[in-house]
Amino acid sequence: MSTRWINLFAAGFLFGAGLALSGMTDPGRVIGFLDVTGKWDPSLAFVMGGALTTFALGNYLWRRRNGARGWFGDTLPSADTTSPIDFRTLLGSLVFGVGWGISGFCPGPALANLAALRAGALVFVPAMAIGMLLARVLFQADQDVGVN
Amino acid sequence: MWTFNPQVARHLDSYFLRALAGGFLIGLASLVALLSTGVIPGISGLFSRILRKPGAGTAWRLVFFAGLLAGAGLLFATVDSAAAYRPAHGLVALAVAGVLVGFGTRLGGGCTSGHGVCGIGLGSRTSLVATLVFMAAGIATVWMLVHLNFPPPR
Repeated sequence: MSTRWINLFAAGFLFGAGLALSGMTDPGRVIGFLDVTGKWDPSLAFVMGGALTTFALGNYLWRRRNGARGWFGDTLPSADTTSPIDFRTLLGSLVFGVGWGISGFCPGPALANLAALRAGALVFVPAMAIGMLLARVLFQADQDVGVN
Repeated sequence: MWTFNPQVARHLDSYFLRALAGGFLIGLASLVALLSTGVIPGISGLFSRILRKPGAGTAWRLVFFAGLLAGAGLLFATVDSAAAYRPAHGLVALAVAGVLVGFGTRLGGGCTSGHGVCGIGLGSRTSLVATLVFMAAGIATVWMLVHLNFPPPR
C-alpha cells in the first residue's frame, strides 16, 4: 500500500472524526444553527471557522515552502482556476441550501451517519445520489470546485 | 426575537471546544487530501465521482470514504456527545431533501466542504458567494418551516 493511500485513509478518518466530534452529524444541531431568529445555536460557526482557518493557513504555509506542487508532485489548484460565478452556481447553491435547511444534512454528515446505520442517512444518501445523477442528466452538471 | 439556547449555555466550555476541535480536524483532513491528490476534496464532488463509471480516480475516493466511515464510527462509539442525533421531520421529507442536496451541490459545484472550507480557503470568490447563498437559503428554509409549525428538533 502506497503512502498516498495511507494519507487518504487518514484524511477520511480525520474528516469523519471531526464531523462527529464537532456535532455536525446531529441534524438538530445544524438546524439549530440555521435557526438564527429562534433559539440560535452558534456552535457550528466554530466548526466552519476552525476548518477554514486550518485549511487556509496550512495551504498558505505549504505553498510558501513547496510552491504549487503537492505531497506527491501533483499540481495544486489555485483560486484563479475556479469556475466563474454563473447562474448555475447561484441556482444550485440555492437548491442545496433549501435541502440543507429541511434535513439538517449536507453531504459529509449524511455519509458519516451511514456508519451508525441511521434510517435518515440510509434514505438521504441514495436520494442524494439520485439528485446528483439528475443534475448530470438534465444539465450535464458535475463540476467540482476549480479542477476535475 | 433573539434568544440564547439555555442548553448551550450550560455546556459552554466543552461544547464550543469540541466544535472548534472538530473543525480543526476537518480542515486538516481537507488539507491532507488536497496535498495528496491535487484535487479539491469537497465531499459532494468526491461522492459524485464514485457514482460515475469506475476510473483512475475511483479507488482513492473509496479509500477516503472508508476512512470517513471508520473515523465517524469510532467517535459515535466512544464519545457520547458525538452520538447525539435528532432527526428533523420524517423519512419522506428527508428523501426530498436528499434529492435537493444532491442536485444542488452538483449544479452549484460544491457543498459545505467544497465551497465553504476548501473553496473559500483557496481564495475563490465564487465559493464565497456560493456559501453565502446556501447559508441564506438554509436560514430562510428553517425560518419558513418554523413558521409553518415545523419547529427544529430539540
